[in-house]
Amino acid sequence: MKTLLIALLAATPALAAKPPLDAGPAPHPGAEVYRNVCQACHMANAQGGVGAGRIPALAGNRNLAVSGYPILVVTGGKGAMPWFRGNLSDQQIADVINYVRGNYGNRYKDAVTAAMIAEMGVAAPVRDER
Amino acid sequence: MHNWRHDSGDAGDKGLIDKGRHAPTRRELLHAIGVMGGAALLYQAMEAMGHARETQFAGPPNLSGARPGASVLVLGAGLAGMLAAYELAKAGYKVEILEYNNRPGGRNWSLYGGDTYTELGGATQKIGFAPGNYLNPGPWRIPYHHRTLLHYCKAFGVALEPFIQLNHQALVHDSLAFGGKPQRYRELAADWDGNVAELLGKAIDNKGLDSTLRAEDRDRLKEALRRWGLLDKDMRYVKGLRSSRRRGYDRPAGGGVDGAPIASQPFALSDLLDSGIAELIAMHMENQHQTTMFQPVGGMGMIGKAFGRQVAGKVRFGAKVTKIDQSGGAVTVTYSDVASGAVNTAKADYCVCTIPLGILSQIEVDASPGMLAAIAAVPYSNSVKVGLEMRSRFWEDDEAIYGGISFTDREISMVSYPSSGMHSAGPAVLLGAYTFGPASYKFAGMSPEERIATALEMGSVLHPGRYKEQFLGGAAVAWSRSPFTLGCCAQWNEATRKEHYQTLVAVDNRLVLAGEHASYIGCWMEGALLSSLDAITRLHKRALEA
Repeated sequence: MKTLLIALLAATPALAAKPPLDAGPAPHPGAEVYRNVCQACHMANAQGGVGAGRIPALAGNRNLAVSGYPILVVTGGKGAMPWFRGNLSDQQIADVINYVRGNYGNRYKDAVTAAMIAEMGVAAPVRDER
Repeated sequence: MHNWRHDSGDAGDKGLIDKGRHAPTRRELLHAIGVMGGAALLYQAMEAMGHARETQFAGPPNLSGARPGASVLVLGAGLAGMLAAYELAKAGYKVEILEYNNRPGGRNWSLYGGDTYTELGGATQKIGFAPGNYLNPGPWRIPYHHRTLLHYCKAFGVALEPFIQLNHQALVHDSLAFGGKPQRYRELAADWDGNVAELLGKAIDNKGLDSTLRAEDRDRLKEALRRWGLLDKDMRYVKGLRSSRRRGYDRPAGGGVDGAPIASQPFALSDLLDSGIAELIAMHMENQHQTTMFQPVGGMGMIGKAFGRQVAGKVRFGAKVTKIDQSGGAVTVTYSDVASGAVNTAKADYCVCTIPLGILSQIEVDASPGMLAAIAAVPYSNSVKVGLEMRSRFWEDDEAIYGGISFTDREISMVSYPSSGMHSAGPAVLLGAYTFGPASYKFAGMSPEERIATALEMGSVLHPGRYKEQFLGGAAVAWSRSPFTLGCCAQWNEATRKEHYQTLVAVDNRLVLAGEHASYIGCWMEGALLSSLDAITRLHKRALEA
């Protein structure tokens, strides 16, 4: 039952459809990844949430200042958050990190590349049990 | 292992058996042992006879003799926590439970009409289901071999009814098979067996199996395949009354003039391969889905409520744990009252902590570095469930689908029909989505209203025309946004099991963890309960030795 996120994203109509001619600048490639994956927890406004535990806000998050940190978290997971290495392509991971680091009140200019994910990212674990 | 036989001369103490007119049967002997020695002894006896291998449950623990005044603080009023509290109180401990929610049960939970649920992010749903209807956001079915859960359901007065897992009349949809038209599980499964039987027969005839089968077994296997696959006398799976006995007829048998049945045409093998039917057959065959499965009458949440009654008066609801300290020869837990924000502490000699690891990893815990590393090492899976209330049971009235599950390759993955209330009029609730993998993130990222609308759209492929027309309202729970779990279930893998599991389940000074995350039956209530029994048994031993 393990479908790759890559396949899911590729199959998303919004991605496949050509933008209308009068559309503004092309949407950030990381926006679609954020919408289909990250906002399940971090919310559409990147504010996270607080209950018995906390989903950290990505908006205005100073932990994003050094790009190595989100690379480690997205590829390797942290606490309840699972790893996404292997489920997202390195390019998709780079895209979504760039998207979050450049939006939601974050203004980090240095771009993350797929090569950086390949070099610094945590390897995907052996297939999980379920 | 002792291979017991009915006619064995050494059938134990015959005095236990009525009269001894015949050598006792296994059943009589097991009954006698059960009466005399209780369930634990019965289990050992059954195991010695080669039975009962389906469970590690050895009966309720016989804990007793707690030191006078000894106390245990239990964190979490899910099934694991409440069972720990119930059994430890019985053993003589003074027990208190701290629970974040304002209800007992944890992930064991049903949403009924009139209920309100607010997920992380603030979206609030007011459930509008008709009386008696419900969605089980978490667990929804109980395998017959989950003996711990079944034992306590009986002990705590939870009425059970059959849960229908496999329904041959239910549908299978794959967008790439049969032009996207859903087909009956019955027809696909029948044709799968028939085709495999025919191919195996051909392999035998082509001498493909000569090196692995003795000549006499080749003939016997062929005959078995003919019967199993409903092949004709020439070992072919073809249209005819014989194959229609399993897959159904174009015109079923009736009475009078047109009483004679008309056979139906089997599907081609390539279409069957496209349909994914083999994977579904395998899924239904898993031990955890085999007959018989159960559900509580009135919703899965009845179990949480029943456990809650057993620990009534011991639970402090609306308590958010923020710190677990083990210094000074006691466990001191700091918590805040969710409603008022007031900070309090609770103190006990020992602590059973069932807080999901994703949350526990954010709490200041005074434990060994190994335990802290284990707590932080296990991520949580995600899933979304959507309940859709329909005005009538059109799946029963129109299509003779009574309970069971239809499957689709769309992101909802399945539609499950209620196993209760069959043949009744009035609204009923379908499970309209149970997502896995990437689809769970996509669905969880939507608002509850979007999830319901998307589930309605995707599920309509199974019942076009009726699905949207009959829709009344829905409910949707995304586990990644669940305030009390931050996810569905612990996701172990081989490496983390090896590195962290034993440390995670070990008693750490005065603290022991329990829950599905501390078991090898992850994501099932049975795992939570077995973990709890094991944890408190070891904790009790430790307390007596202290």
